[in-house]
Amino acid sequence: MFEFIVGYYNYWMYVGLMMIGFYAMMAKRNLMKKIIGMNIFQSAIILFYVSTSVKKGGVTVPILEHAHEAHEAHHAVDIMQYANPLPHVLMLTAIVVMVATLGVAVAICIMIHRRYHTLEEDEIITSIKRG
Amino acid sequence: MTAQIPILVVVIPLVSSFFCPLMGLWRKGLCYFWAVVALSLCVLASFNTLLTVVETGTIRYRLGGWAPPFGIEYVVDHLNAMMLVLVSVISLIVAIYSKRSVEQELPEKITYFYTVFLLQVTGFLGIVITGDLFNLYVFLEIGSLAGYALIAVGEDGAPLATFRYIVMGTIGACFYLLGVGYIYISTGSLNMADVQQLLPQLYDSKVILTAVAFLLAGLAVKMALFPVHVWLPDAYAKAPSATSALLAPLMTKISLYVMIRVLFSVFEPHLSIERLPITDIMVWAGFLAILGGAVMALAQTDFKRMLCYVVVAEVGYIVGGVGLANAIAIKGAILHILNDAVMTAGLFAVAGIVMYKTKSHNISDFHGLFKKMPFTMATFVVGALSIIGVPPTCGFFSKWYLIHGAVIAKHWAFLGALLLSSLISVVLFFRVIEIGFVFQPSHEGDTHSGGHTVTMDEAPASMLVPTVVIAMAIILIGLYNQTILSNLITFAVPKL
Repeated sequence: MFEFIVGYYNYWMYVGLMMIGFYAMMAKRNLMKKIIGMNIFQSAIILFYVSTSVKKGGVTVPILEHAHEAHEAHHAVDIMQYANPLPHVLMLTAIVVMVATLGVAVAICIMIHRRYHTLEEDEIITSIKRG
Repeated sequence: MTAQIPILVVVIPLVSSFFCPLMGLWRKGLCYFWAVVALSLCVLASFNTLLTVVETGTIRYRLGGWAPPFGIEYVVDHLNAMMLVLVSVISLIVAIYSKRSVEQELPEKITYFYTVFLLQVTGFLGIVITGDLFNLYVFLEIGSLAGYALIAVGEDGAPLATFRYIVMGTIGACFYLLGVGYIYISTGSLNMADVQQLLPQLYDSKVILTAVAFLLAGLAVKMALFPVHVWLPDAYAKAPSATSALLAPLMTKISLYVMIRVLFSVFEPHLSIERLPITDIMVWAGFLAILGGAVMALAQTDFKRMLCYVVVAEVGYIVGGVGLANAIAIKGAILHILNDAVMTAGLFAVAGIVMYKTKSHNISDFHGLFKKMPFTMATFVVGALSIIGVPPTCGFFSKWYLIHGAVIAKHWAFLGALLLSSLISVVLFFRVIEIGFVFQPSHEGDTHSGGHTVTMDEAPASMLVPTVVIAMAIILIGLYNQTILSNLITFAVPKL
């Protein structure tokens, strides 16, 4: 059991972070807090992706390693020797997407605040109902 | 040159959306024509792709010439060739339709509306055409972000509805991303065809089970499946008319398309049918969605909100149809994706015209509309008959296949839900039609000549013609459904 928790600590951390974000998105009534929760939720996924490619002990970037040995044909790439760069690259794209989402969400918060002068969901709903 | 056409389907709207604000700086009116021209080219490209697929089979387009497992690949088979044509044609029709309604509802935002409109279409087409799981996520978010912007400019309450949609939509997209992550860490590939080859040995792995769960849960939020549909009615009912005519038919249908892709092209069909009870869950989810959507639709007094709940019920038809897991039901479900997109586009277009003329989309404001706007209301009746499922319209045929599939699967509860929801649709739409026929003269006016003073006050041609075209498409798809089935959909149904 102890092994199970310690051995996979990166996954436990991402699950914990994700749940904190999820809780804030669902339970908080203030729109800004919801956005913060959304950001934590998304960051947890980024950390998950990045942590999947980590290897311990002298691993390096694969391309640099082989640049010197270009003349050696059929040089087998030892997967234990490098950290997979692809998840990092994917997360660069995902970060862009998430920043855009954050931007749109904050812009809509500004719209809401201009119209209703508050960011508390309950107060907005009552002022919509009042017409 | 012709080899490059599949990529043009996505590139044309993407590039033209960047030039749209520049056009708007020069002349505001140009943006509309720019969008229409771009989307017309897009329709041509997607029709060409469809014909190529029908003649020569699946097209595989390598972006930048990189070979599939490493590079991103666009794959067009019969299913997504049909979806490409559907998406591009409906967006073109809605773009033509949107001119007057955008001028009236968003007079200061015309330039930005068409810019975001084109980005939205880019997102849709990208989701449909791509053969790469991560690329699909990126396009899904492009489409969703554009959708948030298009909805938020709507009437009072739209920003809050959009905010809720953002929260829900982000959860959906993040779950999808997590699912892709789990697939990636266990297979090391993101290409759908490659993943399908690699996965079968890993079906017992718990990581893959988690991936399936996350992918489907995320997509369920995006497609507004019943318990998680709460974002949809508010967002689409309060959006500008042109936005709801574009988003309501397409966004949910495209998520349904992705679900079919994930179930049958990323995983082997037998995983979800035999090894895991996914399809059983889907039938019951569809059952709940049909009943929930139909009952909630009955309770609405707002025409657009009622249509939104009809969309929720229609999502249930398709999810349940795929869940029945026999060839005829899946055929019906795929045909229903096509039909439902056309039907809801027509009905939301009618809602937009009524909004344009009466400044309201309450059902009670439909009084006397049959006399005022006979053509608009005729198209409304065609759309309504199709939702109900009356023979010459397309809605009948897909529903027929779904019912046939339910009988083969001996799933009587789902069959009952299908029939009951048809009955409820009859009540729903005849209530509107009844109000439309009755003309109540206003109390200030002359009561005894009230019925005769109604003059015809039809919508402008730029709105009416696209709506009538959609109504004709509803009937034509119904008449030619065998051609569509035997040339396209038969190939899309997996071998079970």
